[in-house]
Amino acid sequence: MSIGKNRNVTDIFGKLFKNQIFIPLAAMFILLLFNLVADPSFFKITMGYNSAGNPVLSGYLMTILDNGSELAILAIGMTLVTAASGGQDISVGAAIAIAGSTLLRALCGTNTRPDTLRMPIFVAFIISCLVAMAFGAFNGALVSIFKIQPMVATLILYTAGRSIAAWINNNELPIISEPKFGYYGGFIPGIPIPTPFFIAAAMVVIITLVLKFTNLGLYTQAVGINESSSRLNGLNPVFIKWLTFVILGACVAVAALIKVSRLSSINYSVIAKDIEMDAILAVALGGNALGGGKFNMASSIIGAFVIQMLTTTLFKFQVPSDALPAYKAVVVILLVVFSAPVVRDKMSQIIKKMNSRKGAV
Amino acid sequence: MKKKVLAALLTATMVLGLTACGGAAPASEAAPAAPAAQEAEAPAAEEEPAAEEPAAEEPAAEAEAPAASGDLIKVGIINNDPNESGYRTANDKDLKETFTEANGYEASFAYSLKNDEQITAAQKFIQDGVDYLLLSAADTSGWDSVLKDAQDAGIQVILFDRTIDADPSLYAASIVSDMDKEGETAVNWLAEQKLDEYNVIHIQGVMGSAAQKGRSGALDAKVAAEDNWNIVTQQTAEWNAENAQQIVQSVIDAGTKFNVIYAENDDMAKGAVAALDKANISHGVGKDVIVMGFDCNKWALEELLAQNWNYDGQCNPFQSSYIDAVIKDLQAGKQPAEKVIVMNEVGFDATTITQEDVDKYGI
Repeated sequence: MSIGKNRNVTDIFGKLFKNQIFIPLAAMFILLLFNLVADPSFFKITMGYNSAGNPVLSGYLMTILDNGSELAILAIGMTLVTAASGGQDISVGAAIAIAGSTLLRALCGTNTRPDTLRMPIFVAFIISCLVAMAFGAFNGALVSIFKIQPMVATLILYTAGRSIAAWINNNELPIISEPKFGYYGGFIPGIPIPTPFFIAAAMVVIITLVLKFTNLGLYTQAVGINESSSRLNGLNPVFIKWLTFVILGACVAVAALIKVSRLSSINYSVIAKDIEMDAILAVALGGNALGGGKFNMASSIIGAFVIQMLTTTLFKFQVPSDALPAYKAVVVILLVVFSAPVVRDKMSQIIKKMNSRKGAV
Repeated sequence: MKKKVLAALLTATMVLGLTACGGAAPASEAAPAAPAAQEAEAPAAEEEPAAEEPAAEEPAAEAEAPAASGDLIKVGIINNDPNESGYRTANDKDLKETFTEANGYEASFAYSLKNDEQITAAQKFIQDGVDYLLLSAADTSGWDSVLKDAQDAGIQVILFDRTIDADPSLYAASIVSDMDKEGETAVNWLAEQKLDEYNVIHIQGVMGSAAQKGRSGALDAKVAAEDNWNIVTQQTAEWNAENAQQIVQSVIDAGTKFNVIYAENDDMAKGAVAALDKANISHGVGKDVIVMGFDCNKWALEELLAQNWNYDGQCNPFQSSYIDAVIKDLQAGKQPAEKVIVMNEVGFDATTITQEDVDKYGI
């Protein structure tokens, strides 16, 4: 009996191991375990009040939920782009600067210190969303129609984006004093959970519904796996690739709203700096093939929060922040090695062997 | 078929490359050919192209002779791209306001963040026969030969904002900020607050930059010297408000006590304050945490005026009056008293700052 049970456990473990979502979950587990051993105060959540007198929950876990949200939102778009085009968009940081700048321009006009907003925040968000999607469409057109390698195509906006963002506001730095604008990156009065988390959750729900009720997921994967055979089957690969970039554009606009709202201001040269690397890392950590094809959205989203967990953990242990990329690089190396088919086959063989040996005993 | 695709791809890259450059760096591209053309709003803009055209034809010898009274003094100004930072924007504006025809100058501007483009611009100014070459170099090295050319042509060179690795005989004066002094002024101010204990969150700029070294150095020395000065955390946020927010958030989450935030620029101080607000930690004059920033951005000085912050150290972008004085001296035939002129830089205390200070010093 006990042997049978044992086998079941290893079977489940083996299956889980083969499942894509195993990778980010395992990474999360390792990080949590490390923090539990090193300093359990990591898990402490306290209820307090912010300076506006509203109840807020604080603690490392809340910080992770809060700051990981933008990354999760970007990971959604990045996963689709990766799956369809087999490449990554490295211009999301610059695109956030553009979307954020547009948002502020729409809200403030040319007055950098407005007392009243020129239009409802929602309308301004729609405008910035359209602009971000237009830039996404530009990237998408380069990739899908002109067949430029995605990383090269998006390099254009990566270089030019922050200058464009500065130009949108005449290189002024608008500051919004309206407290309502701060809700998107902070807290809504009376709700102690950070708003970015709700925004990220809403985006996750939307993308889940889209993937469930449309063929977007299937078509994206089909195009990513084999473009010509998907064309022979009646799909339009050009349109689908283009569409994924436009969707990423929308994700960028949402992330920009949160980023700009956090400080109610913008700094073109540093806002969302290097966030593209974290977004790509989230997709990789999610176990998705960076060469395109099959993807697992849930995996990517968990991957995004794991990366934030890594960042927060490193901050907690006072690792110099300019050394953070080095630690992330270690994670990337481990990931690439472990997700390589050679290594995974070998690992499942070992598990099988262990299984049969146990069976023999 | 493959060839066709490749050809189309290359063409597309080339075309897009062009548009990308146009969007990315209008300033640096346009710099040597049409200086300041993009600064349409500046009053100086209209007169510059006109000023340059005749200058090109004039022989250098004519320019060498000191301008007779009533003539305009010709200056060629090589600066970094004004879009680089708020500091640079203020710096450029200040230069444009000083070197006007009304003040007896005929100024041409060239902007670039790249050393080689700046050197090309300098060579052009030498050919044009300017009387003075004002230079804020993108890079410290590589200037020897072009400055020698200037010297041979009888052109006086004045460095501002940044020094270069060249023989001091090649330039007449150098007008710079003393970053070490900025740090010392700030730390001395902090010491005057006479706190029982200093638990400092030290948020640094990009490591290795002159501003970071100067501003960190003074604090590090003080912490090493005094028993009641402690560093709670010392991290670089790379001039980035978001990083600063995360660093301070992390200290708050850990529950460590602190009472001073020493941020090496205003943006990072702003990020730190956002984290404090979230945790309901009071900051400013007479509150729990002292907030210190640098650079004197206008919005930061307004925070001081509202007593939300305590201190802001100046990094003076207004070199033009110093340059003006040096040129007046040289015109009168005397050398400036000192070769390296360190600008007067102040620190503002929230308890004494006035609206006039905000208007005058805010950048």
